[in-house]
Amino acid sequence: MTPAEGPHGLELIGTTTAHRPRHAQAGVETDWLHQPPAPVSRPSRMRRVPGWLAGLGLMAPSLILIGIFIYGFIGWNVRVSFTSWKGLTPVYDFVGLDNYTALWNDARWRTDARNIVIFTTVFVVGALALGFVMALLLEKGARGEGFYRGVFLFPMAISFIATAIVWRWLLDNGSGADTAGLNQLFSDLGLGFLRSDWHKSDSSWAIAAVALPAGWALSGYVMALFLAGMRAIPNTFRESARIDGASEWQVLWYVMRPALRPVTFSAVLILIHISLKTFDLIYALDQGNLKIDTPSLYMWFTTFDGGFYDRGATIATVLLIGVVLIIGPYIRYWLRSERR
Amino acid sequence: MWQGRVGVLALVVVAILAGIPMCAAGGGGGANQLEVYSWWTGPGEEEGLAAMAQEFQAKNAGVTFVNAAVSGGAGSNAKAILASRLLANDPPDSYQRHAGLELEDDVRSGKVRDLSALYDREGWRDVLPKGLLDNLTIDGKIYAVPVNIHRANLMWYTPATLDKLGLAGPPKTWAEFLEQAEKIKQAGLTALAIGPQWTQKHLFETVLLGELGADKYERLFAGSLDWTAPEVEAALATYQRVLSYSDLRSASGDWQPQIDRVVQGTAVYAVMGDWASGYLEGTKKQRWQQGYAAVASPGSDGVYSFLSDAFTLPTGARNPELAEKWLIECGSTAGQNLFNPKKGSIPARVDADAKLYPGYLGWALGQWRDKRTRIVGSLAHGVVANNAYNAEIDSALGLFNQNGDLPKLAATLESTYEATR
Repeated sequence: MTPAEGPHGLELIGTTTAHRPRHAQAGVETDWLHQPPAPVSRPSRMRRVPGWLAGLGLMAPSLILIGIFIYGFIGWNVRVSFTSWKGLTPVYDFVGLDNYTALWNDARWRTDARNIVIFTTVFVVGALALGFVMALLLEKGARGEGFYRGVFLFPMAISFIATAIVWRWLLDNGSGADTAGLNQLFSDLGLGFLRSDWHKSDSSWAIAAVALPAGWALSGYVMALFLAGMRAIPNTFRESARIDGASEWQVLWYVMRPALRPVTFSAVLILIHISLKTFDLIYALDQGNLKIDTPSLYMWFTTFDGGFYDRGATIATVLLIGVVLIIGPYIRYWLRSERR
Repeated sequence: MWQGRVGVLALVVVAILAGIPMCAAGGGGGANQLEVYSWWTGPGEEEGLAAMAQEFQAKNAGVTFVNAAVSGGAGSNAKAILASRLLANDPPDSYQRHAGLELEDDVRSGKVRDLSALYDREGWRDVLPKGLLDNLTIDGKIYAVPVNIHRANLMWYTPATLDKLGLAGPPKTWAEFLEQAEKIKQAGLTALAIGPQWTQKHLFETVLLGELGADKYERLFAGSLDWTAPEVEAALATYQRVLSYSDLRSASGDWQPQIDRVVQGTAVYAVMGDWASGYLEGTKKQRWQQGYAAVASPGSDGVYSFLSDAFTLPTGARNPELAEKWLIECGSTAGQNLFNPKKGSIPARVDADAKLYPGYLGWALGQWRDKRTRIVGSLAHGVVANNAYNAEIDSALGLFNQNGDLPKLAATLESTYEATR
């Protein structure tokens, strides 16, 4: 949920960011003045201001901002999820887990939960596979690599709203004289049997079609990640494997794959959390079509169309827990590999 | 070192520059400023608002009119931002809502002022139809001033397509529609074009109105007729049959492409509000009764299901005197005549100059002013159901599209009505 702080929040951010550089500037200035006898003056200054205090001073503005605007509002949101607040009159009562049990029994929520699992699976696996193949092709030294890299990355620069509006037409499922988009392309190429109803199909997998535009937008990014990862593998590894008689597939499987594990791991986690939060793409693709409804869309509609602030906050909390369950291991992994 | 200092200086400069517009936005609102909040950003409506604003400024010298319109999502983006502002008690001087129960939450939460006295002073009760006044009244008082009237219960078609199919005319009842639909289906065309979710709800209310009649339709939304009553369940069953002859499975992404299918002749009918007329005349260059035509939707002849854009006086308005003057402009004949021909809607007042409204609008105006016309409010456009109930109906209809379970739909609509009243 968007916290209702309005313009005041913006002002606060504005003024405090103006403060922050001033602290930093003071530190830089002293450094600058004492530059010539640096080795002597540095320790003496350190003794006047303990290191932890200076560090805290520098961190304080962002700590306060994050504390209020991230953790404060998360806490507030969780609080609202335990109330019966509906409409424009905030109510801060306590109804226990009522909203959570109501959500569990909500037919729309159950559809949404199923949809988001399907979407995330198809989208993550698809984007990962596509990104990996593209990276591999470029890594093998395709001519005009820079050009292709640009072409593949470009869709990521387009906002999801614009992507959705283009794909709304591409995924049109009109038949007969109303045929358009991809279906039209298929029939022109003599591939009419590939015709699909896409996200309007009756199948409960309809939302998988949304992975097409989402994957189109983000597989270039995955490609860039993999390409960087592949470039970081020293060539000697591969050379020596080849000298030992490994085939290209064996090099790929036994040398590249293990070396790319950290990259894969971050790519998966980035894709999953993007997928769980996907809103604008589906909102603009087919507004209100429950076949492609997800928790984040339900949260928006129920909160701002219906005024069910209690239910919206509950969905937001459940969504947050879902993201944390996935991001948690990522952070732990990252911290562990940093320490190494 | 130099680079560091330059970087820090650049940051400071950027932060200050970023701060300036924020201060300007937050600290604005001088004594002679009127902030009007709407979702009128589309073609026609934007010009109409500008024309009203211009006249308002001419009448009130020295007043700055601030147009705080938010575009997108047929008003849903604007409503979300407005909700944040109202919750933060930072309302604009006047904001747009659909007339009717869409405003109920604002009223119950004390966000808007009672305008009954203004109505008496300006004599508006005598120039607005009683059916409209009844739907504007919430808990015995009136809180909004309607600028325009749109009609929701219309069925659009092209005369050429009917001729080609050998159909004598558009259906008078939904039963007749279903008969025609079977014939149309055999001819290989779509009987009814449909669009995104809200157009399905629009069709839903139209079928209910046609099958139940105006009185029972009103009683249904007033809570004195149950959704599980036999006649309502029969109407719901008709809705399901009507849907089965529509292109629901390949529904258009928006209402304009939905109308396009009728213009192209791949679909025969479409149920849509009369903003379709402006689109057909302007974008599609069609003429009323030649390229396109519309009649009251089946079973609703003589009934005018309306929706209306109205303006309010918020409780925390910075400039309530100016806001009141703005409302007087909205309710005046001059203001409504400036706005409506541009937007493609008719004035709410019955005493506006009819010559300004040619083609479809002239026909609609005639019906609106006819004393025998029965006026009811639209569901999908916020007149007869509050926001909470409307949102729950969205969910229920969406799920119904997937499971086709009629008794469950009726039961859900009944229980959510009780839960959201």
